[in-house]
Amino acid sequence: MNYQMLYFASLADRAGRAEEVRDSAARTPRELYAEVAAAHDFTLAAERLRVAVNGAFVAWDHALADRDEVVFLPPVSGG
Amino acid sequence: MKCFRLADTSIDVDAEKAALGHAAAGGCVTFEGWVRDHNEGRVVRRLDYQAYAPLAESEGEAILAEALERFHVREARCIHRVGSLAIGDLAVWAGVSADHRDAAFAACRWIIDEVKLRVPIWKNEHYADGESGWLHPDNTPVVTSEYSR
Repeated sequence: MNYQMLYFASLADRAGRAEEVRDSAARTPRELYAEVAAAHDFTLAAERLRVAVNGAFVAWDHALADRDEVVFLPPVSGG
Repeated sequence: MKCFRLADTSIDVDAEKAALGHAAAGGCVTFEGWVRDHNEGRVVRRLDYQAYAPLAESEGEAILAEALERFHVREARCIHRVGSLAIGDLAVWAGVSADHRDAAFAACRWIIDEVKLRVPIWKNEHYADGESGWLHPDNTPVVTSEYSR
């Protein structure tokens, strides 16, 4: 399946990009994060992140669909 | 009408405060978050804020809707800047109007705390020594050197 990935803050710096389309066999955000973390050398553990699919927070075992927009959100620091 | 917004230009505080107006309100409490020149013992020159806009806006709206349910307030609004900000710039503005001051103070405090906790916005501090770093709470930076890019 193809996923539209968006990266923010330290994850964007690590990945060297703000977005990418990823062809992946991962079926859940948990599987997908393991894959992209290895590919881009992310050091933030999944436990420190939240995940959003198509603009809404989801659980790590959410079932992904082809062409979903998937965003792994580092701990936020607004304000 | 949107009560939470991301803004890539200066926040119009007078307009935001005017929008809190309500015939039943006996007062308003507002909070302004400013860019300060230091953090964790380091000299800060400027900040960049980045947001995942669709989710930041929906989560911000959800916080304001929850505030209206949790506290006896009449109006609640919040604006957060994105982009590059200088020392002293207004980074975030939150305001509530209420019949009585206790609810107004409590709700305003709760809103800014929840925004800092839940809304997907990230702060990149640029330090006097040329380094920069995205902050991830516990508010300690994940530092990357600008010279190494």
